[in-house]
Amino acid sequence: MFFRVMLVVLSLGAVTATAACGSEEAPSVSATASPVAVAASPSSTSAALSITDPWVKTAKKGMTAAFGTLVNNSDSDITVIAGSTPAAPMVELHEVVESKGKMVMRPKEGGFVVPAHGSHVLQPGGDHIMVMDVPSEIKPGSEVPFTLELQGGGTYTFTALGKDFAGAKENYQPGADMGGMNE
Amino acid sequence: MSERHDEAERLPRPRLSRRALLSGGAMVAAAATSGAVVARASADTDDTRTAGRTTGSDVNSPQATAVEPFYGAHQAGVATPPQAHAAFVAFDLRAGSDRESVARLMRVLTDDARRITQGQPALADTEPHLAVLPARLTVTFGFGPGLFAATKTSDQRPEFIAPLPAFGIDRLKKRWTGGDLLVQICADDPLTVTHALRVLVKDARSFAKVRWTQRGFRRAAHSQQPHTTQRNVMGQLDGTVNPVAGTPDFDRAVWFAGAQEWLRGGTTLVLRRIRAEMETWDAADTVAKEFTIGRRLTDGAPLTGAREHDEPDFARLTPAGLPVISEYAHIRRAHVADPGTRILRRVYNYDEGVSPDGTADTGLLFASYQADIARQFIPVQERLAEADLLNEWTTPIGSAVFAIPPGCDPNGWIGETLLS
Repeated sequence: MFFRVMLVVLSLGAVTATAACGSEEAPSVSATASPVAVAASPSSTSAALSITDPWVKTAKKGMTAAFGTLVNNSDSDITVIAGSTPAAPMVELHEVVESKGKMVMRPKEGGFVVPAHGSHVLQPGGDHIMVMDVPSEIKPGSEVPFTLELQGGGTYTFTALGKDFAGAKENYQPGADMGGMNE
Repeated sequence: MSERHDEAERLPRPRLSRRALLSGGAMVAAAATSGAVVARASADTDDTRTAGRTTGSDVNSPQATAVEPFYGAHQAGVATPPQAHAAFVAFDLRAGSDRESVARLMRVLTDDARRITQGQPALADTEPHLAVLPARLTVTFGFGPGLFAATKTSDQRPEFIAPLPAFGIDRLKKRWTGGDLLVQICADDPLTVTHALRVLVKDARSFAKVRWTQRGFRRAAHSQQPHTTQRNVMGQLDGTVNPVAGTPDFDRAVWFAGAQEWLRGGTTLVLRRIRAEMETWDAADTVAKEFTIGRRLTDGAPLTGAREHDEPDFARLTPAGLPVISEYAHIRRAHVADPGTRILRRVYNYDEGVSPDGTADTGLLFASYQADIARQFIPVQERLAEADLLNEWTTPIGSAVFAIPPGCDPNGWIGETLLS
């Protein structure tokens, strides 16, 4: 049962990835459909957008981040423009870029674009959902709800699993402009 | 029983070869002139999700990619044909643990197990490429007496989930004894076991401290026909009389059917670390060794029979009027007439190296699964402790007892029947 579902998604993923490789632009769509994907979230019910393997790094307080693979099952691009969680008062959509020889994270201009029938990976060292001013501990094994705001007015809600993680300690450069990327 | 997941069945062939070409040739490509090719190749290599593709079925053996199901009425790793390698790790819950925290722990560990056993990386897996060869990996969880106390569920603890009674032959060491939570990891590939152990320990250590780790091995996978009785480090065929998975006797012998409903579909594990006294065993001759066990060393046949699985004839006498199988032979002392009340032995050898004078630190991880420890395990152990010729050469140095909860479905987690 589990496997049958996975096979379907995988072959879909392979087709998508092949299509993406035809273009010269390195797509932010990484090779799509992680096989893990389906194993993941009980919350992937939205017809258009879903997330596979959502997790959030545990934190006593302060900053942390959520990760996963956003999957767009629709015919048009979906742009995630904001996020929120009851676990913290402040959430930003971040990217990690090089600035003055260092890798820093900063808010991603325009949000996350999930291409039609493609996916967008959120991972340590890359784009992620930044969670700030965490008031009380996000514990391992906790289930943390997130709501993503989509361009055009829709929202998508999912639950991320709290996981201990040593990495994802990027420096934060709040409000930085796009300078770093083109230098 | 086990299910192969074959990359080739999922991915179009041309795609696979292109990937293989790119990654396999990444080093060459780096020296090549085409910048575009280099960029693509490294992008592919960096992407964890391509790992499974670049190491597809044309590179890896079907044995390496074989998968044991994770979900089901029973946890895997009990009725599963024993894999070649095992690590048993026991944890002590940290002070202040309670039902809520242990439930969180089990949700995380279940999530890890359901992924890595299927050849997928765990969430936040820092070595995702190690997950792609599950080699029949199973992860099995067990609850020791302390877990019931911490979670205030002692009223749900079967009485026999407790330290075994002390036996005269025991020389138990604390470092191999007890534990609140057991994680049993088995796979046909030792690196897979190591990766699984790393993943699970990292996720458990916020909640618990490692009490002990015991590693064991059997013959390499596929060096013998499946279901061949294994030899232990003393050279004996070990496990001839074992319930056979899929039979009513097995179900009756192994799966818990007692009063505590949460444990139905589960079982119990007694894990004994039994040191083999190889130096003195070496001094025994073949006749003495066979007399001790009651079986022939060559093929495991009882001294009264011709083949391994012949029923021993305990009544047969020598011309001198003595029993052919001694009153104190291991198989007589361990004999249980009713197949439905036998124990399931799923044993592993251990070998922790040699001392400067060449003495081997070796023996058996005696993993015994049974529906009811009081009815099945303890009576046999009492008979053996009382008088078993083999005691001369074997010493129990570790002992731990766990309830093995039932399995779960894709929306559940191991232990939820007790903790949710």
